[in-house]
Formats: sequence, C-alpha cells, structure tokens
Amino acid sequence: MIKYIARRLILAIPVLLGVSIISFMIISAAPGDFLDVLRMNPAVGEETIKTLERQFGLDKNPVVQYFIWLKEVLKGNFGYSFQFRRPVFELIWGRLGATLLLTITTMIFQWTIGVALGIFSALKRYTLADQILTVIAFIGISIPNFFFALLFLYFAAKTGWFPIGGIISKNFDQMNAFQKFLDYLYHVFGPMLTLGTAGLAGIMRQMRGQMLDQMGQDFVMFARAKGMPEKVVIFKHTLRNAINPLVTMFGYQISGLLGGAVLTETVFGWPGMGRLIIQALLAQDLYLVMASLLLSSLMLIIGNLIADILLAWIDPRIRYRFM
Amino acid sequence: MPDRKEPILIVENLKTYFEQAEGTVKAVDGVSFDLKPDEVIGIVGETGSGKSVTVKSIMRLIYPPGRIADGKILFKTDEFSPGNPQYVDITKLSEEQMTRIRGKHISMVFQDPMTSLNPMFTIEDQMIETIMFHRKVDENQAREIALEMLHKVKIPDPERRLKDYPFQLSGGQRQRVVIAIALSCNPEVLIADEPTTALDVTVQAQILELMESLQKEFHTSIIFITHDLAVIAEVANKVMVMYGGKTVEYADVFTIFENPIHPYTNSLLNCIPRVDVKQDSLSPIPGQPPVILNAPPVCPFLPRCNFRTKRCEEELPGLVEVSPGHYVRCFEEIIEKLFVSTRGGQK
Repeated sequence: MIKYIARRLILAIPVLLGVSIISFMIISAAPGDFLDVLRMNPAVGEETIKTLERQFGLDKNPVVQYFIWLKEVLKGNFGYSFQFRRPVFELIWGRLGATLLLTITTMIFQWTIGVALGIFSALKRYTLADQILTVIAFIGISIPNFFFALLFLYFAAKTGWFPIGGIISKNFDQMNAFQKFLDYLYHVFGPMLTLGTAGLAGIMRQMRGQMLDQMGQDFVMFARAKGMPEKVVIFKHTLRNAINPLVTMFGYQISGLLGGAVLTETVFGWPGMGRLIIQALLAQDLYLVMASLLLSSLMLIIGNLIADILLAWIDPRIRYRFM
Repeated sequence: MPDRKEPILIVENLKTYFEQAEGTVKAVDGVSFDLKPDEVIGIVGETGSGKSVTVKSIMRLIYPPGRIADGKILFKTDEFSPGNPQYVDITKLSEEQMTRIRGKHISMVFQDPMTSLNPMFTIEDQMIETIMFHRKVDENQAREIALEMLHKVKIPDPERRLKDYPFQLSGGQRQRVVIAIALSCNPEVLIADEPTTALDVTVQAQILELMESLQKEFHTSIIFITHDLAVIAEVANKVMVMYGGKTVEYADVFTIFENPIHPYTNSLLNCIPRVDVKQDSLSPIPGQPPVILNAPPVCPFLPRCNFRTKRCEEELPGLVEVSPGHYVRCFEEIIEKLFVSTRGGQK
C-alpha cells in the first residue's frame, strides 16, 4: 500500500513538470504582460518601463525565465506577485482558509444530502416523491452557477434573510464559539447553495442510478433468497456496490477544492483563492498564475490518488489487483 | 422422518402476471404441482416458458410490475407454530414472515454463480450472515457451520477459502459456495434454477453429482429447473413440462421419457441428439416460442403443433389425467391419435 502511494507520488513529479512547462509557455505566448497597463500610460517614461522589465525579469527569453522560475520553485520560493508586491506563497496561503472553508462546507452539504436523496429516490422509484426530486435535480443541474447566484442575491436583498456577501459579520470578534459557528453558517449558506446545487443534483442522480442498477443484480436477488431482511439487502449488499463510481466523483471534487469556486467567490465577495486567481489572470500576474495552476494540478493528482486509495479500500477486486 | 405421503409444498393454480403498458403478460398461468419430502421435481421448458417465474413466485421474489395474481402456494412448516407443522399460504405471508421462510426453509440456487455472490464481501461474511440470521447462533458457531458446509460441498482448503472474495474462486467453486449457503440452514426445499447452465460441461457433471449426493444426505426436496432433459433424467423423480406459462405435461420421470404424450414433450425429446442413432442433422422444433403478451385462450403450443385440429383454435384444452399421476394438456381425441401415431396403437 505505502509502496503504491509512493509510486504514485513519484509519478506525479513529471506530470507537474509538464504542467508547469505548458502553463508557462501558454502564459508567455499570450500577447502582452503585466507592464502593459504602464506602457499605455503616457505619464510613465520608457526608462521606467525598462527598469521595471529588468526588475521583474520580463526582458529575458521565456525559456530562460522558466528555468529561473523553476530553480527558485525548487528552492521553495514561488516568486513575487507583481500587483500585490508580496510573496505569492504568502498571498495564496492567506486566501486558502476562506476557500477551503467554503468548498469543504459545500462538499459536506452536497454529499450528505445528495447521497441520502439518491437512495431515497431509488427506493421510491417512479413514485410522486421520486419524480418531484428528479425534476428538481434536473433544474439544479441545468441552472448556470452565476445565474443561480444572482437569483439568490436578489432573494437575499429582497427579503433581508441572508447577507449578500462577505464571510463574517462586523461584530464577529465579540461572539462566542457557537455564535461564530452560526454566523459562519449564515454567511456561507448562499455561496454553498450556489456552488453545491449542481453537484448535489449530480450526486443524487448518480446515486439513484447506481442503486437501481445494483438492485437488479443477481447477488441482490440471492441476498433476498437467503432471507436477508430488506434493510440488509439495501444498505449492505446494494449500497456497498453502488458507491464505487461516486468515490471516483469524490476524487475529482477534491481537485476542485481550491480553484473550483471562482464564480461563486466573485459574485458573493468571498475572499478566497478563486478571486485571487481571476485577478492574477486579468493582470497577467505571471508568478501568481503559475503558482495557482501548479496548486490546482497538485490537487488533481492528490484527488485522484485519494479516490484510488478509497476505491481500493472499498472494493476488494481493486485492492487485490493493484496493491 | 415426516410422513412420506403428505406433500411439503403444494402449488395450486398459480398465476403470476406482469402488467406492461401493452397489456398483461401471463408468465405463469394456472400452474399446479406438489412436492413430497425427499422428492426431486424437474421443471423443463424453453426460455420464456415461465419456469423461473414459477419458482420465484414460490420464493415471493416477484416485484412490480409483476404480481402473483391468483392461486395458492401451501408450504408445510412449523416456523409459525412450533412443534406442530401446518400449511401456510406463502402468497399471504408478510415480508417479515418471508424472511423466516427464505433461506431457512426454502432456499434457492441461481443460474449464474459468477453473479450470485456479492463481489464486495468475503465468502465467510456471506455465509455467516445467513447462518447467524436464521439459526440464532453466535459468530464463532456460525463460522464452524460455514466451515463444515464448505467441507460438505467439497471445496478444497475451506479455511483459506472462507477468507477469499468471490472473484478469487472459479465458477464451479462459486456454485459450490452458493449451494453451501443455500443448504446451510437445512432447508426442507431447495430450488435450483438452472444451476449448471452457466458452467463448463465437466464442471456441470461435478455439480450435479454433488447436488445428488447432498440431496441423499440432507433429504432436501428439490425443485430443479432446466432446459436440459438429460439432466432431468439423471436427477428428477417427477417432471413438469411447461410451455407458454402453462403446464403441458406432468408425470413421473419414467413416464415422461418412456411414454411422452404431448406434442411439445415429444418434440423436445426429438431434439436431443442420440449417439446410438445416425443422424445427419438435429431436429429442432420449427417456429418460435410464443409471445405471451395478451395471449389468446388457446393452447400456447398451437402455432407449432403438427397435430392441431379445428377445436384447438377455439378453446383451451384442460389438463387430462391419461393414467394415474400422468397429466397432459391436450384434447382427448388428439391424445388418442397421438397414441396411434407414436406408439403404434399399443398402450
């Protein structure tokens, strides 16, 4: 098992290198750079631009730039952000908490409710309840994220029931732990709903389909023929076989933990990574973009690894074949 | 030994229907038979003849859109009246009561051993869960029983096999495990739904042999479903031939093979290639099995029958007892003609 994980992590190194080369080249190939805004400003002299170019290392050949960047990264230095004038690492670290808070809350929300409704829907298939859930699920899947966010903001503004942005209330510091928790839930509700609806609906449909699929299997019939009560038939024999594809889905979601909330964070003014990345991209803040891309790739690799480990843990067929 | 004469299972006029948008499929339409202790009944028929649905009805494993529309399935058991066996009607039991019948008094072995065990759990887990549920023993006792059962079904190295997952066993071994699970609670009735169809020929013979020897050891009554008449000849005491959801002929095994009457039974027997007769080609039954959606109330074999008369197109023949214990669904005038044509007139 440990050998397997080690092998996977070693294999991740060339992948990350490849990702960094391609990303760096694409960003370099894009017309212009961070200094374009200054170049277009007639008040800024050519000399100043030249100095800044030298300072930022933008005067060199992109290949040379890449290797300088790579050397620094290997030393643990992810460079400076041009626009924030602060180390990239520090910037990202500062935003990480807010994003993780939002995405993890969303994940819990999606998975508990999605899985439960999926099972319910499968057990009650073709009844009114199932059909209502199916309709809601398809609405959830079809509504674009940003539109849902705007709808929610409109609703929040009209009724005043929910805040229209931000992560905590003004008097957060005076609250006790429980009040802080409630205050957080109050603020996270909108972004969570926005970010999670489509995923929740997807999980629910997937769970329902898988359950129905497995309920038709011979071994489920055999479990019934053995006299097992319905509870055991459903929650042991059927469910255990139905969750496999969902574990893979779960792994992919892990990769979206950091960068997957860009739109939602922007609309709700959530001070997370997503907004930082958008700002970085718009300003062509090279090193910040690079660091966030690298982080996303790393999360994808880790997410897949976690999914594979979970699958092996759950499914003996995979465990025996690969580990 | 219980009374040898008194049947343990009586199926009376069983009707199992499937409601489709296009109409009602009468998968089983008025089937009756009984099963005595220590007896093996073979149900033969083509795909779609209703044999699987018949036994699934006995297990109450029929789910919507299917339903048991009519009939009785009387099973003699002391499960609900300790020490005093009584007939209970399986069609009227609650789901909770059924869990005390299934696997404990009536067990079932399915066709495909590759899919009837749950891939996620060990053999041990799947055996023990059954034994603990029905026999009210603790885990260690259950493991002992499981081990003993694996010995009985002749699985080599049973201690190690207990820890294995189904995918680590071969098809034949899996079917042995399935049989071990089915017999682990000493059921009075074992239903075997084509238990050898999905196996290699050599393994088929081994499994049949095993089932025969276990039947002798446990005195379990068996309902054996197959479309292989050679298998029936080997294991069964009684044979019921089904076609289009109906019983077409029902007799003891010697009568069926020595003196078959129904045109369908005859055609089935003619299909078997014989090693002692030189044949250039096989003799299949011409035509297709019937579609039993909105079936008209006539003999289902009518379109493929060589002996049909005008009367056949107008009414459904009933089951006629041509000799004691030998029932045929055909009109008497045709039966007489059949005697003349197939047996040269003597009886």
